[in-house]
Amino acid sequence: MADSAVAEQMLSIPQRAAAVAKGGVRDTRFRALTFIAALLVLFIFAGVMASLIDGAMPAIKAFGWSFLSSTDWNPVTQKFGALPSIYGTLVSSFLAMFLAVPIGIGIAIFLTEICPRPLRRPIGIAIELLAGIPSIIYGIWGLFIFAPWFQEHVQTWLTNATGVGDTSTVDGSGVVLHAILVPLGWLIQHLCTWIPFLGDIFAGPPYGIGLFTASLILSIMILPFISSVTRDVFETVPHMLKEAAYGLGCTTWEVMWRVVLPFARTGVVGGAMLALGRALGETMAVTFVIGNDHHIHESLFAPATTISASIANEFTEAVGDLYTSSLIELGLILFFITFVVLASAQLMLYALERRAGGAS
Amino acid sequence: MSTVNKGLYARRKFRSRMFLSLAVLAAGFGIVWLGFILGALFYNGFTAFDPKLFSQMTPPPGADGGLANAIFGSVVMSGLAVVLATPIGLLAGTYLAEYGRYGRLAFFVRFVNDILLSAPSIITGLFIYVLVVYQTPDSYGTKVCTQLLGSNCFMGHFSAVAGVLSLMVIVIPVVVRTSENMLLLVPNGLREAAAALGAPRSNVIRAVTWRAARAGIVTGVLLAVARISGETAPLLFTALNNQFMSTDLSQPMASLPAVIFQFALSPYEYWHKLAWAGALLITAAVLTVSIIARLLQPKRS
Repeated sequence: MADSAVAEQMLSIPQRAAAVAKGGVRDTRFRALTFIAALLVLFIFAGVMASLIDGAMPAIKAFGWSFLSSTDWNPVTQKFGALPSIYGTLVSSFLAMFLAVPIGIGIAIFLTEICPRPLRRPIGIAIELLAGIPSIIYGIWGLFIFAPWFQEHVQTWLTNATGVGDTSTVDGSGVVLHAILVPLGWLIQHLCTWIPFLGDIFAGPPYGIGLFTASLILSIMILPFISSVTRDVFETVPHMLKEAAYGLGCTTWEVMWRVVLPFARTGVVGGAMLALGRALGETMAVTFVIGNDHHIHESLFAPATTISASIANEFTEAVGDLYTSSLIELGLILFFITFVVLASAQLMLYALERRAGGAS
Repeated sequence: MSTVNKGLYARRKFRSRMFLSLAVLAAGFGIVWLGFILGALFYNGFTAFDPKLFSQMTPPPGADGGLANAIFGSVVMSGLAVVLATPIGLLAGTYLAEYGRYGRLAFFVRFVNDILLSAPSIITGLFIYVLVVYQTPDSYGTKVCTQLLGSNCFMGHFSAVAGVLSLMVIVIPVVVRTSENMLLLVPNGLREAAAALGAPRSNVIRAVTWRAARAGIVTGVLLAVARISGETAPLLFTALNNQFMSTDLSQPMASLPAVIFQFALSPYEYWHKLAWAGALLITAAVLTVSIIARLLQPKRS
């Protein structure tokens, strides 16, 4: 403590020895305490795995590997299979990534290169704050605002554009939207004649909720996350490199595409995979709008389910051990998938850190 | 200069302009959506706002009411989780930054911690469900708990304790990560100076390093608060929900996110209004806490 330094002058030699010994004992104790706390982190991880496996045991015993490939989900006959949930999880996440990664990188480029300097910090901070908004907010917005709007204005039109072919009727969506949608519909219609399965993807009754809506909301949710990570990585690119490229006469885009992006590649991919990990396990933004249907439909507009949505929707209502344990096994599968994604993202980012450490 | 070159320049310039415009469009597109969400949230939230929110219980269908029990539950459970998890996280972060910095174990702990940091929160809920709620009276876990606490007060059923535990599992990795990072920012000269005065290492850490990193550690704790105050998934099957005000930690407890989840999916108009109001409260709380955390955050060297 602070007073020991003052008191030290007055201590005799044996007293000093005692003080040093006391300090040594305290040191050992404190070190042991921090060590135990660090081990606790490992124990939590092991505990998560062990408890999920333990809870899933009845389902694992009952269904074995066929749980992974079965499309059954019938609480009455006690037959459960994970395939529809896994399918929904993967498709919604990849679709969300497909939309959010280019836009997120676009935002990052905008913030580091194009945005007027006084606006950079406020917009950057705003995006970081948005990344912290709880996902249930996105869920409730999706359910009450986005899904009805999407159903009324976009879904009907897209189904028509890809299927029946009447794109001129865009009811009540205003002049601006109309001006965008009509030529777009013409384009999509022509695409459909070349790519036959495109029509099936957007077929079916417009429910508003469904796999596609969930993916859109998921992509809006991970957008701030991707752009703030990407922006951070872009800012680690040494100014010298960029200036050298400009000095050679590169255009802004060439500097971004040939210098900044290659330099930041590992970081961007790592950040995107962290976002993928989030999207895969996201519960609340998805549960509200996915429709919770344990069938695999060809159409993206049809209701579907994801692992986390199944668990959130059904867990408290699950009757019987096998039902509960099947849901826990779903959780185990989700944990495994996210573990693989997050672990590779981490290793990638560690490699980047080591490189950055070595370079400086 | 030949004309060929001029064409090349024009092409490159055009490409650059085109892609940069696309980036601006992307930014505009993203920001517009995020703006829509916040706009809808504030509009609907403020329309539904009412002082009664803070004084009345969540109503049954068709009756008037507020969110008092849910607000109380959220504050109690988040508060307890942060208070209990912060020391653990801080100590573990201290081990990583001070004692085990370059060790194999530290690398491993760091790796596992980063996985836990972004692991789906619903998994946390399942973990605590199996660990606490799923226990039967004669299972091993219940016996251990009875031995330790003298009574089996919360094993085997939904309880606020289970909710707190699942939130702790989310808080610990956040605090470990930020406190390690902040401790690493403390210059070694400070540690060496204190050690040269003859202070034992534990004193150096507590009186010098922790103090120097205090602002950063507080930031980490605040970020953890922001993170858990909106968490729904881990509470759904641990703390469950409660229609009434409850101060008993061994019983189910309401929380704002769980109430929003229940009310938003209901068919009642009034419940929808309350869900919006609750969503606004959560967002306001999270934004306030994150802004305070940002203000406290030390500049990176």
